Amino acid sequence: MINQLGSYSLYICLICSIYLIYKSYFNQFISPKKVENKIFSVLSVQLFMTILSFSSLIYAFVLSDFSNLTAYNNSHSLKPLFYKVSGTWGNHEGSLLLWLLVLIIFLFIFFIKSKKLFFRYRILTILFQQIIIFGFLLFILFTSNPFINVFPLPSEGLGLNPILQDPALAIHPPLLYVGYVGTSIIFSSSLAALVCGTIDKIWAAHIKEWILISWIFLSIGILLGSIWAYYELGWGGFWFWDPVENVSLMPWFCLTALLHSIVVLKSRNLFHSWTIILSITTFSLSMSGTFLVRSGILNSIHTFANDPSRGIFILSFLFILVLLAIFIFFFNQKKIPDSSKKTFLISRETGILVNNWFMMYFLSVVLVGTAYPIFLEVINNSKISVGPPFYHKLIIPFLIPFLFFMAMGPNLKWIKNEKKTLNFLQLIIFSICLIVSYLIILKTDTNFLFSTLLFTFSFYLFFHVLKSFFQKNPSYSQKISHFGFSLFLISVLFNGILSKENSANMKVGDEMYFLNKKIIFENVQIKDGPNYRTLIGKFKLQEKKNTFEFKPEIRVYSQPETITSEADILSTIFSDNFLVFSLIKDDGYFNVRYQFKPLMMWIWLSVLIMSFGGLLSLIKKNEK
Amino acid sequence: MYGKKVKLRAFFIFLVFISAILITYLIINSLKENVVYFKSPTDIQNLAQIDKKKIRVGGMVKKGSIKINNKDLRFIITDFKNEIIVSFSGAVPNLFEEEKGVVAEGYLKDRKYFKADKILAKHDENYMPPEVKQALEDKN
Repeated sequence: MINQLGSYSLYICLICSIYLIYKSYFNQFISPKKVENKIFSVLSVQLFMTILSFSSLIYAFVLSDFSNLTAYNNSHSLKPLFYKVSGTWGNHEGSLLLWLLVLIIFLFIFFIKSKKLFFRYRILTILFQQIIIFGFLLFILFTSNPFINVFPLPSEGLGLNPILQDPALAIHPPLLYVGYVGTSIIFSSSLAALVCGTIDKIWAAHIKEWILISWIFLSIGILLGSIWAYYELGWGGFWFWDPVENVSLMPWFCLTALLHSIVVLKSRNLFHSWTIILSITTFSLSMSGTFLVRSGILNSIHTFANDPSRGIFILSFLFILVLLAIFIFFFNQKKIPDSSKKTFLISRETGILVNNWFMMYFLSVVLVGTAYPIFLEVINNSKISVGPPFYHKLIIPFLIPFLFFMAMGPNLKWIKNEKKTLNFLQLIIFSICLIVSYLIILKTDTNFLFSTLLFTFSFYLFFHVLKSFFQKNPSYSQKISHFGFSLFLISVLFNGILSKENSANMKVGDEMYFLNKKIIFENVQIKDGPNYRTLIGKFKLQEKKNTFEFKPEIRVYSQPETITSEADILSTIFSDNFLVFSLIKDDGYFNVRYQFKPLMMWIWLSVLIMSFGGLLSLIKKNEK
Repeated sequence: MYGKKVKLRAFFIFLVFISAILITYLIINSLKENVVYFKSPTDIQNLAQIDKKKIRVGGMVKKGSIKINNKDLRFIITDFKNEIIVSFSGAVPNLFEEEKGVVAEGYLKDRKYFKADKILAKHDENYMPPEVKQALEDKN
């Protein structure tokens, strides 16, 4: 029953989508009054049907209706309710349905919120967005339908992969998807504005909201995924340059570049083509991101067993969309206003352009690192992976000039900066930073000159942003985000040079000595959780006079039969003490890993501060 | 001659061109050094010579092969045609188990002995490295 309801409503969606594509294409030039209501009602029907379809999938998961194949494959009646619900999007089919839902919700909000704007622009945005929706509907209905009947009715489901049964990962996909899908609106509306020839300040102000929304959600989505990998996978770090992570970082770089270039478009009416190109790229990266994660093409440790044949469909769909976009871009290029205004080398525009260049550089490094293994496998069938050293080597040196420009840029004036920016106070700040960094690096064994410079510029940026809070310039949102970023970088650097770790195989009663610390493995207890049994280890860490107690767990889930480790992390403001243990074989030995991670909390917090800056900008905009 | 605008644009294009070349050079250079090849035990058997580059070895953990002591961990990776002994000291992921897929990263000592400095296991309990899947299918 529920399966029919779910899939029929999707078919109705498909019909709505075809109707809207037809209607919006042929009614571009008609006066708005005639079609406005019609479009609104069809959009509402489409929205309602998608919600209905998605709810029926949630229903199947919550009530453990295993006549639904997706629920059967990914759920279990003994799972806690929260994970039954989150299990809905924890799989390929459900996550695509979520994509679709967000696509349609966004379009609906767009339609309501853009009433003041030029009608042809709105209707064209609907056209492009509906083409995307249409493609996704076809993809869902014909290659990954979440509503397939199972017959005969199984008595129990196969269960959700236990490492996904986690609060952070339950909300991570929806947030990330809102970020990803938000870029689809940016894509559609850029194309629409391009066709209408209305790429101007008004459009920039309007689309900036959507860029901000996507950016905030994408940032927080990435953050949650990162936190999850930190404690649940026991990787004990914040970023691993794993292809799956990279794939979410690429649209972020692009979106960040877009967020900056749209400001120039808004204030100075410059960078028209560049903004459009960025919009198209961002969306393509978001879409390929979703596709790569789910298709199993990536050679990643995250890889889920999956069917790569679906990939062909979505790849060709992406290809068609990009081709369409390029086609539209070239045929409407003449409508782009001439931007040969007077600009000077030392101005805020240049600052933002430099930011965009750096973003594009970082993006291309990550893109090559992620795509090259796939490329090589297709070419000569050899399997390779690109490790962290590749990224570190290419990204970290470029951070030094990047930080410098980031400190300078926001203080420059639009058009032309008259004043010399290098004054006495600046020099003092810079020298202090240099000395402090020198003293810090002296105590560690890292690459001397290089790290000193990196620290110097990070501190410099940090103080520079702090100082800017006392200036009259009212753009607090930008300052907060930049402050967040500088804090992020400083935390990451300290984390990088001061992290320590050690691991050993231990039996109960064993001791591990590490630096000036002593870790004692006291005992193991067995307890029962809601849908798992757990081994709770008790460890004591003695350091000088302080004693910490750790209680990491090993959980044994029965459905599906899986073992997960729950790290025990003692977080303080300054550092995290991370201890995780795992059972290798049933002969008394446990693999114990201890890590000392300074400023971990600040890494997470600084990303939140960055996103908060974005949020502030969004709120401020709506108040005006 | 040409106007100021044209000159400026030419300079701009030149700048972009130079930076593009520079970036490509940097990336390719860094790729050469930092790429890690993935090999199955059979690939390793067929290697012409053993070099000191970091590689990944993937396959199944052989049944009954895991041996642990205080210091390190030893096990055998097999693709059901050939096998290789792996020694490792460090943190082991949860999905590391006998008769499950595993990927070890490290250095070859000889064709039968691999010193790993990292062990990776896949997220998914049903996941099997593609080579192993292939080997299993061939066997049947």
